[in-house]
Amino acid sequence: MQKPVIYLDHAATTYVKPEVFEAMKPYFVEEYGNASSLYSVGRSNRKAVEEARATIARCLGANEPGEIYFTGSGTEADNWAIKGSVLAARKKGGKHIITSAIEHPAIMETCKFLKKEGFDVTYLPVDSEGFVDPADVEKAIRPDTIIVSIMYANNEIGTIQPIKAIGEITKKHGVLFHCDAVQAAGSIPIDVKDLGVDMLSISGHKFYGPKGIGALYIRKGVRLENLIHGGHQERGKRPGTENVPGIIGMAKALELAVADMEQYTGKIRQLRDKAMNLIMERIPHVKLNGPVENRLPGNLNISFRFIEGESLLLMLDMKGIKASSGSACSSGSLDPSHVLMAIGLSHEIAHGSLRMSFGDHNTEGEVDYLVDSLEEIVTRLRSMSPLYEDFIKANK
Amino acid sequence: MYSDKVMDHFTNPRNVGEIENADGVGQVGNAKCGDIMKMYLKIEDGIIVDAKFKTFGCGAAVATSSMATELIKGKTIKEAEMITNKAVLEALDGLPPAKVHCSVLAEEAIAAALQDYRARNGMETDYVGCSGCCGGCNRTSHHDENGEA
Repeated sequence: MQKPVIYLDHAATTYVKPEVFEAMKPYFVEEYGNASSLYSVGRSNRKAVEEARATIARCLGANEPGEIYFTGSGTEADNWAIKGSVLAARKKGGKHIITSAIEHPAIMETCKFLKKEGFDVTYLPVDSEGFVDPADVEKAIRPDTIIVSIMYANNEIGTIQPIKAIGEITKKHGVLFHCDAVQAAGSIPIDVKDLGVDMLSISGHKFYGPKGIGALYIRKGVRLENLIHGGHQERGKRPGTENVPGIIGMAKALELAVADMEQYTGKIRQLRDKAMNLIMERIPHVKLNGPVENRLPGNLNISFRFIEGESLLLMLDMKGIKASSGSACSSGSLDPSHVLMAIGLSHEIAHGSLRMSFGDHNTEGEVDYLVDSLEEIVTRLRSMSPLYEDFIKANK
Repeated sequence: MYSDKVMDHFTNPRNVGEIENADGVGQVGNAKCGDIMKMYLKIEDGIIVDAKFKTFGCGAAVATSSMATELIKGKTIKEAEMITNKAVLEALDGLPPAKVHCSVLAEEAIAAALQDYRARNGMETDYVGCSGCCGGCNRTSHHDENGEA
């Protein structure tokens, strides 16, 4: 019997939709010209890139296409938003950055670097479900605060932050507001004007587009220093020959995602809820990490007490199920996920976490198989666990 | 990432369980590190006639526990004491550098169980135990500074 492949790691990356791949194809072999060249193959490329820019601007609710800048990844967009704004504001005496304790490493490591360079960083705490309190943002703002960067939705536990409320505060105090929307794009509606953000990052491969392409929305009037220096591409703000197929693919993918969002999110939410309910019902000593409401529709994060996440992942993989864990052992460090620690989990419970992120190819049958497999594996690992043995003895 | 031997000992771990009325029991590691190993020994006439384990931890932690019990079964106490993490590593065809500390934990678990046996039998010991997560066993072992065996 061939082992099934059940992909439950859509928050890590997605496949490229066939329509997206078809749209990209001509730009590899036929329309290969440099978008900056004057001859016709270059000009047609330029036109396609500008149409893609307009599509993305429209999908994000930007005022004009010129507010969209293409980057090589979501990580680059995040780096640029923060480093670019603090470098531009440093001359005017700014030195303070506000972010949250549960940001993606693209933000966390950027802030760590800037702290070493002499900037101050405030990491706002989150509650037990991962929410940032907008009142904490306001309290943290100082006269020398340059930028607030808060993610739209968390990659591990799916918490959707009150971005609009935070945007009102940053506007009132005249500080920049960047939002890492890499996990949100394609799963929840985004309107940069309504949210009140000055900058927003997205990444193509999280919504059935290609890898190696991202974008940063920069509201007109916001000044950023370059991260990369070179030619005139992206109006000199992000030099480097345009990744034309990537740009075309990301725009197509976002366009499809926005058009199909209601149906797509309805489907994955139903699968996620089914998995969540069945796991809670059939497996004892489990804990849902993250909120029930205001959560990414495809995200499920559950801790299984007394067992360790990497063992769980390996055994799931042997059954063809691909998921992810916040355990330290899967990241090669000693500490479990900073997100799970920030929401107040003990080390033991954080080590036993499993993230499942659903996508459009998943089925109800796969959810049943997942829960059957989990029940079997968790029982087996618990029978090997000294922690479970202690627990059983203590409760006798 | 893991060798075939590691995967074999992870998927089909040898000697999982408890020993009723064990002659020596040792537990090392803690939940903060993400690894806890508990080892049970049955000792007759100075020979380890049975060894079992329970482990909370990653694939490498389970595999090193399993291999460690295999290596000490049938050995004298003296021989079992000579088994280092390096022997466990070699028997498993190596571990990724970040997982070498799991083999140290296996060595410590053997030492802790033997120490318990000695203490119960009023024997002298110079054993210095692993009292928890000092972070020292992360990435490189106490015994093999180069990491992978």
